[in-house]
Amino acid sequence: MSEQPTRPDNTRIVRRLLLTVIGMFAFGFALVPLYDVFCDITGFNGRFTDGQAAANTRSVDTSRTINVQFITRVNQGMPWDFAPEVTSVRVHPGETKVVNFLAKNRTGKNMVAQAIPSVAPGEASLYLNKVECFCFNQQPLAAGDNVAMPMQFYLDPEIPADIHTVTLSYTMYDMTENVTPDALAALMPTTN
Amino acid sequence: MSIKLITALMAMAPMAAQASSQYNLTQGVTDISQRVFDLHMTIFYICCAIGLIVFGAMFWAVIHHRKSKGSKPASFHENVKVEILWTVIPFVILIGMAIPATSTLIAMEDTSEADVTVLVTGSQWKWHYKYLESDVEYFSLLATQREQIENKLEKGENYLLEVDRPLVIPTGKKVRFLITSDDVIHSWWVPDFAVKKDANPGFINEAWTQVNEPGIYRGQCAELCGKDHGYMPVVVIAKSPADYESWLAEQEEIQRQAKAEEQRLLAMSMEMDELMELGERVYIGSCAACHQANGEGIPGVFPGLKGSAMVTSDMDAHIDIVVNGKSGTAMQAFGNQLSLKELAAVITYERNAWGNNTGETVQAADVNAFMNQ
Amino acid sequence: MSTVVGEMDQHDHHHAPSGISRWLFTTNHKDIGSMYLWFSFIMFLVGGSMAMVIRAELFQPGLQLVDPHFFNQMTTVHGLIMVFGAVMPAFTGLANWMIPMMIGAPDMALPRMNNWSFWILPFAFAILLASLFMEGGGPAFGWTFYAPLSTTYSSDSTALFVFSVHIMGISSIMGAINVIVTIMNMRAPGMSYMKMPLFVWTWFITAFLLIAVMPVLAGAVTMVLTDKYFGTSFFDAAGGGDPVMFQHIFWFFGHPEVYIMILPSFGIISAIIPAFSRKRLFGYASMVYATAAIAGLSFLVWAHHMFTTGMPVFAELFFMYCTMLISIPTGVKVFNWVATMWRGAMTFETPMLFALAFVILFTIGGFSGLMLAITPIDFQYHDTYFVVAHFHYVLVSGAIFSIMAAAYYWLPKWTGHMYDEKLGKLHFWASLISVNVLFFPMHFAGLAGMPRRIPDYSLAFADINQIVSIGGFAFGLSQLIFLWVVIKCVKGGEKAPAKPWEGAEGLEWTVPSPAPYHTFDTPPEVK
Repeated sequence: MSEQPTRPDNTRIVRRLLLTVIGMFAFGFALVPLYDVFCDITGFNGRFTDGQAAANTRSVDTSRTINVQFITRVNQGMPWDFAPEVTSVRVHPGETKVVNFLAKNRTGKNMVAQAIPSVAPGEASLYLNKVECFCFNQQPLAAGDNVAMPMQFYLDPEIPADIHTVTLSYTMYDMTENVTPDALAALMPTTN
Repeated sequence: MSIKLITALMAMAPMAAQASSQYNLTQGVTDISQRVFDLHMTIFYICCAIGLIVFGAMFWAVIHHRKSKGSKPASFHENVKVEILWTVIPFVILIGMAIPATSTLIAMEDTSEADVTVLVTGSQWKWHYKYLESDVEYFSLLATQREQIENKLEKGENYLLEVDRPLVIPTGKKVRFLITSDDVIHSWWVPDFAVKKDANPGFINEAWTQVNEPGIYRGQCAELCGKDHGYMPVVVIAKSPADYESWLAEQEEIQRQAKAEEQRLLAMSMEMDELMELGERVYIGSCAACHQANGEGIPGVFPGLKGSAMVTSDMDAHIDIVVNGKSGTAMQAFGNQLSLKELAAVITYERNAWGNNTGETVQAADVNAFMNQ
Repeated sequence: MSTVVGEMDQHDHHHAPSGISRWLFTTNHKDIGSMYLWFSFIMFLVGGSMAMVIRAELFQPGLQLVDPHFFNQMTTVHGLIMVFGAVMPAFTGLANWMIPMMIGAPDMALPRMNNWSFWILPFAFAILLASLFMEGGGPAFGWTFYAPLSTTYSSDSTALFVFSVHIMGISSIMGAINVIVTIMNMRAPGMSYMKMPLFVWTWFITAFLLIAVMPVLAGAVTMVLTDKYFGTSFFDAAGGGDPVMFQHIFWFFGHPEVYIMILPSFGIISAIIPAFSRKRLFGYASMVYATAAIAGLSFLVWAHHMFTTGMPVFAELFFMYCTMLISIPTGVKVFNWVATMWRGAMTFETPMLFALAFVILFTIGGFSGLMLAITPIDFQYHDTYFVVAHFHYVLVSGAIFSIMAAAYYWLPKWTGHMYDEKLGKLHFWASLISVNVLFFPMHFAGLAGMPRRIPDYSLAFADINQIVSIGGFAFGLSQLIFLWVVIKCVKGGEKAPAKPWEGAEGLEWTVPSPAPYHTFDTPPEVK
C-alpha cells in the first residue's frame, strides 16, 4: 500500500492524541481545585476558607453601618438544635464583633458535626474576615449536651459601598460516621 | 350605543391582555419584569428583522435563480469586502443588544437595603418560607387534590398552581429572598417578578423584588428535582403594607396558639380511630408521594412501609426516622414540619394500615418524650 | 441489513469472511460506516419512541399513562440516546464512509481501532437500556445528571449509567483519533488542507473538540460514581464540595458537545447547497475560519447554561458577551450559504430540500439561542419549554435534517441505486410540517411559563401541548417513510451513475456507484 512510509507518523500522532486525552481527563479533576481558587478570588457562590486574618491595625469606618444577618440550618436527619444568639448585628466596617452560636445534641449518642458557611451576596465573602470560628474545625458534642460556639469577625473597610446587608449562613452536617468510635470518644469531654 | 361599545371594549381588554400573556412572556408586576419584557421584545424584533432580510434573500434566490427558469450559474465565489461587511454589521447589532442587556442586568443586581427578608428553602417537593424579621415560618405544599391529578375529579382553575399556604409579601417594599435547599437543587421561580434563582443545598443565593400591585402570583419549581418536580408550585400573595402587617401579626398569634395547643395535647390521649383518621390525611399529604398510598413504595427508590420490619416492630427507630429523617436519603425530617399530634397520628397510621396490624397507638406525648430525651 | 451485505458482496473482490463474522471482524471503512449509520437509525427510533411516551403523557393535563418517576427516566434516556446514540454515531458513520473517499484515501488510518470503536457502542447502549428494567428504574435525573440528584438521591442504576457513558466516551474518542490521523496522514497527493471539502474540515475540528471534552465528561461521571459509592464529596457541601461545581465541569464538556453535534452538519450543508445550486461554495476560506472560531469560542461560554445558579455580575456579563459573539461566525456561515444560492441554477431534489430547511430552521434555532444568551431575559427563559424548543430546532431540524440530507445525497453512491424521489419528497414535506407543529408551539409554552421536564402541567398550557403532541406523533411516523425509502433504495431502483448530481464536486463522485469495496488503492492526483 502506498501509505506505507507514513505508518510511523500514525503512531506518533496517536500517541500525542492519547496524551491529550489523558491530560484532559486529568484536567477534569484539576477543575476541582481550580474552582476553589476561582471561588476564593471572586467570592463566587459565597464560599470561602478565610481564617488567616489577624487583628492587624485597621481603621473603623464609623460613617457606615452594615447589617449582618445570621442564618443557621441543620442538614436533614441531623437531630441537633442550632441557632445564633442574635439573628443580626449592625457593625461598622473594620469593627470586630463576637457572636455566639448555640448548639444542642438532642440524641443519646455522642456526635461530631461540621458547619459549612455560605455568604450572600457572594461578593461580600471577600470582605468578611473571621478571626475565630467554630466552622474552622469539626464540632464534637456529647449526648444531650449543649455548647455556645463563638465566631469573631470583622468586615474589611474596603467593602463596596453598595453592600448594606450581609447574610452569613451555617449549615450543620453530621460527620459522626466519618470518625472512628475511638476517635469520637477521645473528642468527648471526660466528665461525660 | 357608544356606551355599549365602550363596555364591550372594556370587557375585552383584559381578555386581550390575558391572550397575549398566554403565548408570550408576561410583563409582570415589577419594574424589573417590565424591563425584562421590553428587552425580550426588542431582541425578538431585531431577530425578526434579520430573519426577514436573510430569508428574504434566500427565497428570492430560490424563486428566481432556479434551473427550471433558465438561470445560468454565476461564477463568483469570494468577495472579501462583502465578507467583512457581514461580519462587522452583526457585530454592531450585537453591541446594540448588549447595552440594554447590561444595564438591565446591573439593575437586577441592586443590593440596597431590603425591608423584608424571607428565607426560602426548597426540599423534595415543597417550599419552606421563614420571615427573618419575625418568628413566622411555614411549609407551602401543593394544594391540588390527588383525584384531580389522577383525572377522577374535574381540574380546577389553578390546577397544579395552588398551595395550602402561600408566601405573603408587602407591596411597594423591597423584599429580599435568601434561597437555599435541604436536599437536591431546586429553582424558585415567579414569572411575574422575573425572579428565578436556584436553591443549592448548603449554599445561599439571593434575589429580590418590589411588587407594585397587590395580587396573587403563581410560579413553579424550574429545576428538575426528582419524581414530583412538576408538583411544587410557588404562590405569592402581595398585600398592601397595612394588610401585610396585620397578616403577620395574625400568623404570629396562630403560631403561638399552636404551640400552646401542643402542650395541652401532651396530657391527652387520642383514640385509635381518631389517630387513624388524622394519620391517613397526614400520610396522603406528606408521605404518599414517595411511599405511595398503598404503602408499597417504589422498589429500589423509596422503601415500602407495608410489612417493613421497622414499621411493624421497632417503635423507637420508627419515631426517630419520621422525626429526624435519614441523612443521605430522600427521607426528610418531619419533626419540624408536622405537629406532635400529626406525627403521632401518622406513625400510628403506618403501624396499623395495609395489614401492618400492630394494634399499637402512638400518642403526642410519646413523640414529645422521644424528641426531648 | 442483510440486503446491504448482499449488495456489497457483489463488489467484494477479496476473500472477506461471510455472514456475521464479516461484520464482527470487518476493518473496512465502508462496512463500519454502514454499521454506524444503521445503529444510529435504530437508536433514533428507540429514542424517538421514548419521545412518543413523553408526548403521549403530555397530550392532556393530569397523569394518564406513566408515573412521574418513569416519565423522568424517559426524558433522561431519550436525551442520552439521541445525543450519544443517534446524532454522534450518525456523524461518525458519515465520517467513516465519506472522509477516506473525499480525501482520496484507501481506508481509515487505524482500521482495527475503527472496528473496536463501533463494536463497543452496542454494549454501551444495551447497558443503558437494561438499566431501565432494574429495580428502582433507570437514570431519572435528566441527561445533564446534576448532582446531588444523580448522587445521593439516585437509584442504583447510576453505576450502570456511569459505566455506559464511559464506554460511549471511549468509542467517541477512538473515532475522533481515527479521523484526525486519517486526515493528517492519508490525504491524496495534492490534497492540501485548504483544498479539503468542508465536511472533512468540519469533522477535523469536531474530532479535536471530542478529544478535548469527552475526557472531561468521563471525569465528571467518575466523580459522580465516587461521590455516590466511595465516600468522596466533590459535589457535597458537607465534605467541602459544591453541587454547582458539577455544573461547571459538566457544561465545560456540554457546550463544546453541542458544537460536536452541529459542526459536521455545516460541512454537509456546504457540500449539498453548491451541488444543487451548480455554483461553487461562496467564501470557502471564511467557512473554515468560522468553524474554527465557533470551536474556539465554545470553550468560553459554558456558564450560559447556569445563569440562575447565582453568579457574580462580571461573570454573567463575560459569558453573555462571549455567547453573543458566537452568532457572528454562525451568521457568516448562513450568509455564505445564501450567497452560494444567489444567482445559481437551483434544482430541488430531496437533499437540497432538507438543506434549505436546515438553513432556515437552524437559523431560527440560532435566533432563540441569541435571545437565551441575554442574561436578564434568560432568567425568564431558563429551564422552560423555550429552551426545549431552542435546542430541538438546532438538533432535530438542524443536526438530524442535515443527516437526512446527507443520506439522500450519498445514498446513490452507497447503494448504486437512486432513491425514490417521490417518497423522498413525501418524507421531506411530512417531516418539515410535523417538525414545526412539534417544536414551534413549544416556544409559546415556554414563554407563557411552562417549565421543562414536568409530567403534568396547568390548564393554561393544555391547547399548546395537544398540538405539540400531534406534531410529535406525525414527525415520528414520518421517519418510517425514511426507513422505507432507504430499504427500497438498498434493494433496487434506478441505476445510479458515478455522479448522479449535476453540480456535485469531490473525489467521491469519481468512483463508480456503488462505491467499490476498496477505493483509491492508488491515490488519485488532486490538482
